Order: sequence, then structure tokens, then C-alpha cells
Amino acid sequence: MIFKGRAWVFGDDVDTDVIIPVRFCNTTDPNEFGKHCMNGLDPDFPNKIAQGDIMVAKRNFGCGSSREPAPLSIKYAGISCVIAKSFARIFYRNAFNIGLPLLECADAPDEIKEGDEIEVNIDTGEIVNVSAGKKFSAKPIPPFMQDLIRDNGLMNHLAKKLLIGKS
Amino acid sequence: MGMTITEKILAAHAGLKKVSPGELIEAEIDVVMGHDLSTPLAIKEMERIGAKRVFDPEKIVIVPDHFTPNKDVKAAEACKELRNFCRNQGITHYFEVGRMGISHALLPEQGLVLPGDLVVGGDSHTCTYGALSCFSTGIGSTDLAAAMITGKLWFKVPESKKFIYHGNLNQWVCGKDLILHTIGDIGVDGALYNAMEFAGSAIGQLTISDRLTMANMAVEAGAKNGIFQADRHTEEYIRHRAKRCYKMVESDPDASYESIRSYDVTEIEPQVAVPHSPGNTRPVSQLGDITIDQVVIGSCTNGRIEDLRTAAKVLQGNRVAPYVRLIIIPATQQIYRLAVLEGLFEIFLDAGAAISTPTCGPCVGGHMGVLAKGERAVSTTNRNFIGRMGDPDSEIYLSNPAVAAASAVTGRIAHPDEVVKGRD
Repeated sequence: MIFKGRAWVFGDDVDTDVIIPVRFCNTTDPNEFGKHCMNGLDPDFPNKIAQGDIMVAKRNFGCGSSREPAPLSIKYAGISCVIAKSFARIFYRNAFNIGLPLLECADAPDEIKEGDEIEVNIDTGEIVNVSAGKKFSAKPIPPFMQDLIRDNGLMNHLAKKLLIGKS
Repeated sequence: MGMTITEKILAAHAGLKKVSPGELIEAEIDVVMGHDLSTPLAIKEMERIGAKRVFDPEKIVIVPDHFTPNKDVKAAEACKELRNFCRNQGITHYFEVGRMGISHALLPEQGLVLPGDLVVGGDSHTCTYGALSCFSTGIGSTDLAAAMITGKLWFKVPESKKFIYHGNLNQWVCGKDLILHTIGDIGVDGALYNAMEFAGSAIGQLTISDRLTMANMAVEAGAKNGIFQADRHTEEYIRHRAKRCYKMVESDPDASYESIRSYDVTEIEPQVAVPHSPGNTRPVSQLGDITIDQVVIGSCTNGRIEDLRTAAKVLQGNRVAPYVRLIIIPATQQIYRLAVLEGLFEIFLDAGAAISTPTCGPCVGGHMGVLAKGERAVSTTNRNFIGRMGDPDSEIYLSNPAVAAASAVTGRIAHPDEVVKGRD
């Protein structure tokens, strides 16, 4: 799976309260979450991005609460994947569970500027900064989690598994 | 090579003799917890894939605690959905307003989480229960749905980091200060993906309430779980509450740890985490003159009876400063009743405090004390992120209940000695 888009760059310790404040979490409509993505840092963010754009951050992205509206807001705002030096663990699980791919890479986040053209290969973990002409390797995504992305999340994956179990 | 408590519990629940850090396992779950913010999305996902029943209605605990008593129509709709779900599924442990509490104070109090258990909850502070020597971790709504349907989840076995505390605790220093000091030391990703194992002679001096506070904030250092070895305090706490069998587990002497850190608690004074990170901790004496608008004493971190007793000790005979609001939130109905019986309410009311029914309320900026632009609060809660309690331009200082109470009296961040000294 290959994603191409412009980079939106964030720093260390971006927490779930700034990704989506709890006052917008009082619904189950993912499109509604998408309208408030990154509200704590830039309320206009969902209007600035194009479908398929890529989010880039430094350490410990998604720290804080277990709220699933956080990865859902990123996915439904139109972001195709997130690259960071590291992710908070509940956020990491939640993102794959809802079908938002994440790539952990130590060096790429320091070499990507806002607006750079980025190309990401989820299967190989290769990240290309097309604007800067640089290539990086992310930690490979475990095969089990690649399956989750292919099935667009854990529930679809589980539905498939349970159905297979029945037949 | 031996195993840590965390590894032993995970291995036992995966049906394996041994597990090692990094290993992916599928494990059986003893208790699944959900609340009014995380569960509606999980129910929606269950319905979407056509799952009809939960795996075991006795192993699921549902607590509407965040936006309750319903703060608006949306919250009322979410809670109604939760109530209907519990009724239809025959969920045994559903706690209605008036009989509930903040989940992480309620489940230990009700004896629903026990040593040796594997517990997951649709809330990041589910790591709290590790104080009772179980493996307990927070999950999101999709995992919550999967856990409710199958009773199993996949886990990556975490590496364990050991934190040893020795020496004698200073006056006004409690579990909150030890964990704030530790997060200040290792940083908010200092235990990312790890199990934090708390040990040492000073832990033996801590009540279960203090241990719950410490395990509660393990997630603020990025940890998957926080865990304590069970001892006589644990046994005493559990004995009258447990309604099923449990198993005390110890780490092997040759268990392997990614790192071991030790702290002399004699050197630790009350700590305050300044905006906007729980890792920005300073000793309260180094803060200088910081005026405040509001104080909150409560939450899953510090809303237990021991916390309220400490606050009362500081507030006794004092008045909350002019133009400052002090909001006190007992974490469960049982704690609320105890506080009334012990005369704590009298002290709080005489001081000019507002007392609320149990709710997460202001900690998540939900209701019952949301902050306006430019306002500053001292809070016994667990997070001081930008906008957490209200406007993005408000500020939160995290502290223990004694510092919070003293700050309410002086109208600026204060050491409890300033208010109490010489009185006894």
C-alpha cells in the first residue's frame, strides 16, 4: 500500500486532548470527529489539509487518554498515515484497530518540513521525502498489524475470523 | 531466567509456561471495564459486525462516570444507550448514578479487580488497578468491543522497569508526590510501552490508596501498566471485598528488568507538575508566587477517603480565599457517605467549598468546574495538558490533596505547612 501527500509537521508529546478535546467526543459519528482534528493546536487544521496528506511528528505522539476519537479524527479529516519517532501505546493500538497506519521512524521526522511531498510504502516501511530527495526506513509493521490495515480495522478483521470459524 | 509479576500474569492468561518481552500473545481477560465515553463507540462497532452477545455478562463492568449526572442532552443519550445495552445483555456490574463512583476508585473498592487478574478497560487510567497486583491496562473502544465479544485480546509482552523507593516519607508527602517526582525524572515517555514495577521499603509504608494513585499515573510516563507486589496491606484491603478466588504473584529473584532506578524518599517534598505536562514537576517550595482561581480535589487519582481526610486536616478552621473556588469530589458513593459520617463535609462546608456527587467532571473539562480563558487551577487530577480542563488558554497545576487544600486557603500555590503550622 502506497500513500502520497503533503506533510503536516508537529512536535513532541502531542496529546489526545489537543488532537480532539473531550467536548467534541460526545458522539459516535467519525465524520464529526474529523471536523475537530487537532482542535487544541489549530482549529482550522481540517480545512487546510487535502485528502491523503501525511502527518509527521516527533516523540510520544498520541499520549494521554485512550479516546478512540483521536485516531478517528485524524483518519476522517483525511490524513492517510502518521509518521513519528515514537507513539504512545494506546494510541498505537487504537490507530491500527480503526485502520489508520502509523510508521515509527527515528530520523525521517527531523528531515521533513511542513509542505514537503512525501511518499510512504506501508508494506516495506520506506519513506521518501520527494521534495528533499531523501529516503528513510521505518520500523517494519508486524504482519498481524498489516492484516488489520488491509481489513480496514480490527472489527472487520474479527468479523471475517468469526465468520470463518462458523463455516 | 525468571519472570516479573507482569510476565507471570500474562503467561498464565495466555496458557503459556513462559513469556518474554516483545512476544505477541493472545490472552484471556478476567474483567472488562467501560464507561460513558468509551462504550457507546464499542457498542456501535459490535452492532456493525452483527455481534449479538457479550462473552460473559458477569465479567463486564460498566460505569457511567465521565459526563454524569448527564451534563447535557448528548451525554443523556449516551448514558441511555449504555443503560439499555446493560439491560439487554444482562450485565451484572452496571453502576447507576447514586450507586456509582469514578470507575478506577469504584472497581477496587467493590472487590471487582483482584491480585493476579488480567484487566482491560476503555480508559487510559485502567492501569490504576495494578496497585492490587494485577495486570491492568487501558484500551480504546474497538479493543473494548473485541474484548466484550471474545473475552480475549492480543498483547505485546512489555519489558519491565523497576522503581525502588526507600527511606521515610516526609510529612505531607504521599503516593502522588512519589509518582510526580518519578515522571519528572524519567519524562512522559520514560516508560513507553513498559511495565512499571514499584518496589522498595518505602512502598510498605504506603496505603493501598497511595499505591492506587501511583499506578494510576503510570500511563503519564507512557507505561502499559503499573504494578505492585501484593503484601499484608493488599491482603487486608482485599480480604473483605473479594467475592472470588485470586492469586498473589511475585517477581522471581532472577527476573530481568530493562532498568532499575532507586529513589530516597527522604529527599522528596510535595511536588507540583506545572503546565502543560505531568513531567514538568518541581518541589512546591521552588514555585514562587503563583495565584490561582480554582482548586479541584477529587478524581480517580486522588478522590479517595484518605485524600479527603488529608484535605480536611489542612482546611480545618480555615476559609477558602476570596474569589477562589474549591470543588471537592468524593470519588464514590461509599467515600461520600464516609466523608459525611466522619464530619469531613462539615469542615469543607465551613471552609466555603463546593461538594459534588462522584464524577470525572472537571478533570476532563466535561462539567462541574470547567476553566475560562486565562484561569489557573490547582488540581489533584492526573493531566495538565493544554485545554484539558477547559479553555486552551487556561492552566493546570497538578498536586497532592494537602497542597491543593493549602492553595485554596492562601489563593496561591502553597505548602501545607503555611496553613497548618503551629495550629496543633
